[in-house]
Amino acid sequence: MPAFPSLRALVLGLGLMAGATPALAASESISLPDTRFSFDGLFGHFDRASAQRGFQVYKEVCSSCHSMHLLAYRNLRQLGLSEAEVAGIAATVQVMDGPNDEGQMVERPGRASDRFRSPFPNEQAARAANNGAYPPDLSVITKAREGGADYIHALLVGYEDPPAGMQIADGMHYNKYFAGHQIAMPQPISSDGQVEYHDGTRATVDQMVTDVTQFLTWAAEPELEERKAMGVKIILFLTILGGLAYAVKRKVWADVH
Amino acid sequence: MAHSMAQPAPQEGETRRDFLQLVAGSFAAVGVGAIAWPFISSMNPARDTLAVSTTDIDLKPIAAGSAITVVWRGKPVFVRNRTEDEVKAARNVPLSELKDPQPDQTRVKKDQWLVVIGICTHLGCIPLGQKPTDQRGPFGGWFCPCHGSAYDTSGRIRQGPAPTNLAIPSYAFTSDTQIRIG
Amino acid sequence: MATGLHKSDFQNPVIRWVDARLPVFTMMQKEYGTFPTPRNFNYFWNFGALAMVNLVIMIATGIFLAMNYTAHTGMAFDSVERIMRDVNYGWLLRYAHANGASMFFIVVYIHIFRGLYYGSYKAPRELLWMIGVVIFLLMMATAFMGYVLPWGQMSFWGATVITNLFSAFPLVGESIVTWLWGGFSVDNPTLNRFFSLHYLMPFMIFGVVFLHVAALHITGSNNPLGIDPKGPQDTVPFHPYYTAKDSVGLVVYFIVFAALVFFFPNLLGHADNYIPANPLVTPPHIVPEWYFLPFYAILRAVPDKLGGVLLMFGSIAILFVLPWLDTSPVRSMRFRPLARPFFAVWCLCFIVLLYVGGKPPEEPFVTIARVATAYYFLYFLVILPLLGRLERPLPLPESIARPVLRGGGPLPAGAMSKPMEKA
Repeated sequence: MPAFPSLRALVLGLGLMAGATPALAASESISLPDTRFSFDGLFGHFDRASAQRGFQVYKEVCSSCHSMHLLAYRNLRQLGLSEAEVAGIAATVQVMDGPNDEGQMVERPGRASDRFRSPFPNEQAARAANNGAYPPDLSVITKAREGGADYIHALLVGYEDPPAGMQIADGMHYNKYFAGHQIAMPQPISSDGQVEYHDGTRATVDQMVTDVTQFLTWAAEPELEERKAMGVKIILFLTILGGLAYAVKRKVWADVH
Repeated sequence: MAHSMAQPAPQEGETRRDFLQLVAGSFAAVGVGAIAWPFISSMNPARDTLAVSTTDIDLKPIAAGSAITVVWRGKPVFVRNRTEDEVKAARNVPLSELKDPQPDQTRVKKDQWLVVIGICTHLGCIPLGQKPTDQRGPFGGWFCPCHGSAYDTSGRIRQGPAPTNLAIPSYAFTSDTQIRIG
Repeated sequence: MATGLHKSDFQNPVIRWVDARLPVFTMMQKEYGTFPTPRNFNYFWNFGALAMVNLVIMIATGIFLAMNYTAHTGMAFDSVERIMRDVNYGWLLRYAHANGASMFFIVVYIHIFRGLYYGSYKAPRELLWMIGVVIFLLMMATAFMGYVLPWGQMSFWGATVITNLFSAFPLVGESIVTWLWGGFSVDNPTLNRFFSLHYLMPFMIFGVVFLHVAALHITGSNNPLGIDPKGPQDTVPFHPYYTAKDSVGLVVYFIVFAALVFFFPNLLGHADNYIPANPLVTPPHIVPEWYFLPFYAILRAVPDKLGGVLLMFGSIAILFVLPWLDTSPVRSMRFRPLARPFFAVWCLCFIVLLYVGGKPPEEPFVTIARVATAYYFLYFLVILPLLGRLERPLPLPESIARPVLRGGGPLPAGAMSKPMEKA
């Protein structure tokens, strides 16, 4: 079996990678529950209805502290919102623009091309309003945390009473999935019906957490569907090409052996 | 085990190898061609660049006879509130005198408002004529200082090397006093 | 040659005309067409060609990424995310570039390991090997600076830690670090120069690769038996035999590459690098990219700052003198029954170092790293020189075309493929 040496090389390569990955991932190992999402797997895709509801959760709950400055309102078109809906959402915020002809900065209603408005003008203001803690920007949050969507989902449902004997600092909250277990953010999604969904879905805590996780994953990796679909096609193509290349190689070498 | 290298193979094997190589080669060529596309495409305008391709302009502050310059897609757009005399001047010119014959009526949506891309059609300079102190050239429109092209009050080329009239961007009146370019 | 024209054998008049004046076609024909190549390569001999293709991919994707990247501390992170979101196929270019770096190191590590196993560094290929080590060093510098460009937390702290290595040198250390930074901390001047150098160095690599290939075509390739071809019966022309064989390896390589880019694009990266750089907060556990981990482990294995730095640089510098440390006249380890297990342990140590390099600097990892580091150097400095004297190699085959493995012991995993493949 002449293909074996290169297969072995492949295994060696993968072994190198496998050796590295747990090394990178295992720094603080609080094991996360493995949540199943529609975007998992080779053919993963976003659940648009869920992501739209998740946007509503972000808008009504998270956005009072967390910015998402890499997203623009126009991006919501990708979730299936119409141009008019996007324009309507954008118009509900006031955006600083200018300077105008008099040299003044002016506020105007938002447009589809505007970025999501941030709740605070800068990090200092955000810290001042949040007891010294800085609510991170959520644009790429699922890429910026080990565990990704699983972690975000776990964190949002991970609020509990602290175990007996654990001292929780002032203004901190116990969360079993947060590194060090003390988090400044109070439980953001805490009661059923906290958000009133337009599509009639019952807004249980679990539903809202799932929806907002769906939305945040889409926000971090808007290319995910295109990427995976393209990957399937390209690997199929390469497999056929590989077969052809191998057949050619055998033919070429036939007269040597 | 052959002890000498590359003996000529039988005829049949030869054709089959040629055919295989042809198929594999074409497959590989398709792959390489497909890989080129993302590279080429990445140089086209990005989605955020396309998204800001409309500009809203409030016409109220523009007095008759004056003009403003706004930026649309990184280019200057001249919006001129023309006086009745200027409109008349533009419409009284016989088309036969024009290098790029276009009636003024087809170049405006409302008689008084002329909206043109402020780039000389010769080689891309910005013509003078927006500020009251600028010289507007012999035809009362714009004058390009680079190579002396003169435009009239309809933005049409009347003199000089420029081949065509100032271009009209796509725009629409969103209300009586507001237009959206793009 | 009154006219001074090269005598061309090509029939096509245009090619002939060019070739007579600039014999590039003759050269290509000689170096990649009829070039006599040992007939017994196994698939490990694909990896040089793969590295070449990988370099081209890195340069191509890099040039197009640079068209949309902004080298400024305030804008770099967002400009990279803009590439991911707004630039057409920007995500594909960036993920191909980021994972391409990992693929490059996988390919080059296998290429190096192959050279170590089959003794490709031995006479007359010493200079070829040394040029290869230079390429490896340039690759590491390029990869390090490239990782700084997205200006995430790992970029920033990686840059800080690695540049601070130079502060270990007495007297001049601090000045060197300030000079590298262009300031008093890793900041905008640092980012700008890293971008400039990251763009430059791949072309330097390209130049050195040219020398590497030129040197290879003087000595000719080594082969799994490690014996020299004795005549035309031992070789085949490079084309079509090895172009066909390299194509197979290339497709397999692309499948692995595509799996990473399209399905696990961030597997080999670190989540912290999606947090914008913050000079006031160090992430709790910082690690370099996976391909630096073995050397990072060696650095941390030494409790002394300068000692660690010297040992880390030494672990690569030692490769330069390897051709003279290994005194055995037999190239391929197929015929070196004693060296084989020692080399296997060395490979294991390398992988162990890669693993502990990513672990926090605490027990038992520190001790493991020290043992593995000790063996890493022991292998080169003591074991190989001694083996050259003490080992009794197996009888070498008479020629490549007639491999007589009289009394050959069990072959190691890496050498199982028959010298004459039945492909």
